[in-house]
Amino acid sequence: MNNELQKNGDDRSPGEPIVEITAMHKWFGDFHVLRDINLTVHKGERIIICGPSGSGKSTLIRCINRLEEHQKGRIIVDGIELTNDLKNIEKIREEVGMVFQHFNLFPHLSILENLTLGPVWVRKVPKAEAEETAMYYLEKVHIAEQALKYPGQLSGGQQQRVAIARSLCMRPKVMLFDEPTSALDPEMIKEVLDVMIDLAQEGMTMIVVSHEMGFAKSAAHRVLFMDEGEIVEENIPVEFFENPQHERTKLFLSQILHME
Amino acid sequence: MVDSSQSIQAEQLKPPITRIGVIGWLRANLFNSVFNSFLTIVTLYFLWKIVPAFVRWAFIDSSWNTTGAACRAAGGACWSIVAKNFRFIIFGFFPYESQWRPLVAMILLFILLLLSSNRRFWRKWLGYAWLIGLFAMGLLLKGGLFGLSSVDSTKWSGLPLTLLLSVFGLTAAYPLGVALALGRQSRMPAIKSLCVVYIETIRGVPLISLLFMSSVMFPLFLPEGITINNILRAQVAIILFTAAYIAEVVRGGLQAIGRGQYEAAESMGLNYSQKMRLIILPQALKIVIPPTVGILISAFKDTSLVVIIGLYDLLKTTQSTLSDPRWMGFSIEAYIFIALIYFAGCFSMSSYSRRLERELYRGN
Repeated sequence: MNNELQKNGDDRSPGEPIVEITAMHKWFGDFHVLRDINLTVHKGERIIICGPSGSGKSTLIRCINRLEEHQKGRIIVDGIELTNDLKNIEKIREEVGMVFQHFNLFPHLSILENLTLGPVWVRKVPKAEAEETAMYYLEKVHIAEQALKYPGQLSGGQQQRVAIARSLCMRPKVMLFDEPTSALDPEMIKEVLDVMIDLAQEGMTMIVVSHEMGFAKSAAHRVLFMDEGEIVEENIPVEFFENPQHERTKLFLSQILHME
Repeated sequence: MVDSSQSIQAEQLKPPITRIGVIGWLRANLFNSVFNSFLTIVTLYFLWKIVPAFVRWAFIDSSWNTTGAACRAAGGACWSIVAKNFRFIIFGFFPYESQWRPLVAMILLFILLLLSSNRRFWRKWLGYAWLIGLFAMGLLLKGGLFGLSSVDSTKWSGLPLTLLLSVFGLTAAYPLGVALALGRQSRMPAIKSLCVVYIETIRGVPLISLLFMSSVMFPLFLPEGITINNILRAQVAIILFTAAYIAEVVRGGLQAIGRGQYEAAESMGLNYSQKMRLIILPQALKIVIPPTVGILISAFKDTSLVVIIGLYDLLKTTQSTLSDPRWMGFSIEAYIFIALIYFAGCFSMSSYSRRLERELYRGN
């Protein structure tokens, strides 16, 4: 992997803020899982969030599309504030795509139907147009020939690529990735990361929770390290990996990088 | 020389005769161990004692279309009780000359059910066909229009009544059950408690008591002068009863769907009704087809309990023929006959569910 992406792949400098999290706290019962989170993500930016298990990184991104509720602070997505207002939540979810660790494709629908469901029912796009869009994105993730199969007939890597295509069909403004490659066999990780790099090259705003440091080094604008619910360190990749500031970051990096 | 000896050695040997064909099957399945051989012999002994006697009673010595006295003289099975009382067993008190009407109604019902069993036919026209069909069936039974004589609902009895109570009962109970299951999952405390109380109360009482209650208590709650048809009371009781059981089965199905499916649907921006209708319910209902069909089969047979509130369903009309002194003592034959009818109904539901499962699980 190289740094080309940062140099010339994405010349558009990050635009206006698309996700603004201010002084956000979250509790699971009595457990303080997210502490004073402040994060602004601009259009076109790619953020990687890493950290030990239990640090709250998945919970953080799940708060952005309201799969989890925050108790304190503000989250504003695409100019809309996240509150208990269902209409706002649904509008935000139309613009925020999510890719899950365990794919979560709909097993009773074909691949094509999985992709056209969102556009047809949420964006009210006519079926023919939705199918065209679906085939376009299936081509992009190199899986067009499986369009009429069912998720159960595909491998993990193929399913994850379909999941990415499914989110893209909604033409979201931001894509959230919750450990997209953690459930994959090593030989399938590359095919999914390649798709994510293509996405990055087109300027998609991405917030990725992952342990794939190679992807962070080559495609991220910023790397965040979280531990025990706090954002401990935040930096550009070069600085983050070569000059970690905090002890906890150094410890984490030594554990993670020694595996590569 | 080497060739000829090789060809002798290459000759195919046949397997020993005691291991193939019929004898081989018997050996492998019925006599493969001492215990199994013993069981086989005991079973064969019982079959030898029972089957010839049954065949003699049911077919050889039996009378098929004679009087009761002749039956008693013959000593075998008296199928004449069915043959001679056929129209009463099937149609009950429906006026004799007009019995072609419930017959046509039942045939219409079977045709519609047959069409609906093939999912390829599930188009708009089928919905219209059902609407027209239901109207036609109602008209045939009730009469009063188009020159058909009016037949009061108190005269509806026998097989048409059983089918009426079952088909409407099950078709209405299913969506009600699904709604209750969804309501029980609701986060709104009022809806949730309402559903829980309903389900647990209904499941706590036998259907018979519900039938009694609907028959006796219903009229007490209604304003002066308004009466509810006896059949309607039974129908409502059956629907309410079956729905509670279906609700619990569907709830099990909803719990079996992983959180990830809910989250994937939500993160796409689907609202509650879309999420349930397109993603969750199709999967949940498919998983619980076996127990659901079990409940529907039980409900079909439970329609026979309406004898308790004086409705003459298939079972009651059969029982009535037995109280006729000419036909006393031939209850076995009569009950075997209606058992075959119930069996036909339940078995077709059961086969259909197996076929439905095969279709739905193809591909995934």
